[in-house]
Amino acid sequence: MVEFFHMGGYAAYVWPVYALGLLVPLALAVQSLADYRRQLRLAEALEREAGGRVRRAAHKPDTEQGL
Amino acid sequence: MSPMTSLSASQRLQAFANPARFMALSARLLAPLWVVSLGFLGVGLYYALFASPPDYQQGETVRIMYVHVPSAWLAMFGYSVMAMASAVALIFRHPLADLCAKSAAPIGAAFTFLALVTGALWGKPMWGAWWVWDARLTSVLILFFLYLGYMALWTAIEEPTRAARAAAVLALVGAINVPIIRYSVDWWNTLHQPASVFRMDGPTIAPEMLLPLALMAFGFTFLFVTLLLVRMRAEILRHRVRMLRLAQAAARAED
Repeated sequence: MVEFFHMGGYAAYVWPVYALGLLVPLALAVQSLADYRRQLRLAEALEREAGGRVRRAAHKPDTEQGL
Repeated sequence: MSPMTSLSASQRLQAFANPARFMALSARLLAPLWVVSLGFLGVGLYYALFASPPDYQQGETVRIMYVHVPSAWLAMFGYSVMAMASAVALIFRHPLADLCAKSAAPIGAAFTFLALVTGALWGKPMWGAWWVWDARLTSVLILFFLYLGYMALWTAIEEPTRAARAAAVLALVGAINVPIIRYSVDWWNTLHQPASVFRMDGPTIAPEMLLPLALMAFGFTFLFVTLLLVRMRAEILRHRVRMLRLAQAAARAED
């Protein structure tokens, strides 16, 4: 066990690599999911708050948007 | 006023259909993608740390390779995705292409950062230096700056369609760097070792090291695709939020 963590004397290089290899993708995943949820909440709130009126306005050719 | 008014009716219809279909399809794909990504990474980590031998020359530092090399592949894969999506956006005006390129950038940048830092942590014990200004390292550092510049351009230009076009041009110009990175170890004298997996004459890496490397590479690749879908979904919603706000403002102006 001690030998495993020692990594043949290279622990100071091997373990930071694995720590970063986990942390960087994890941070990216957390940020990506948080942004998705935030946009989803905003979109739902706007649609709710506006009710039918904005939806009607959004269907006029001038403001019609695809996405 | 709106960027879509200049498009034809069929393009507007296509713009409506594709993101809606994309949202439905990606929603179904995401759960299995997470499972496959984490599955490959979990098994990959086991082989990388426990079930593979130390190298006869590099000792235990060879385990750095299982994070470093897939990160570097994904760094270049990410830029290739970004450049191809940018080309599709410029040529065909596909409504999802810009969003795809924009979403790929931070993921590619993160993997490039990971490749650079893990490379430094491998370089110190093996070469005696954290960093050397040789062709491979320098061209990957340029790749990192290209990603940052691309993302900065998106935030610098307020109007999304103009930002998209400028960013797409930058992505395409910067694409010249990708083959330079690939062949830098052949074209210039370098400390960095040459390719040992994707070679014309087949892999020269030992099979017991190829397995953890392949597992980690698949894991990172699936994770890339998963995060790309999550970010594209967020971009579609961001666009919808923007349009709802514009419509709200237009409705208010009518009162």
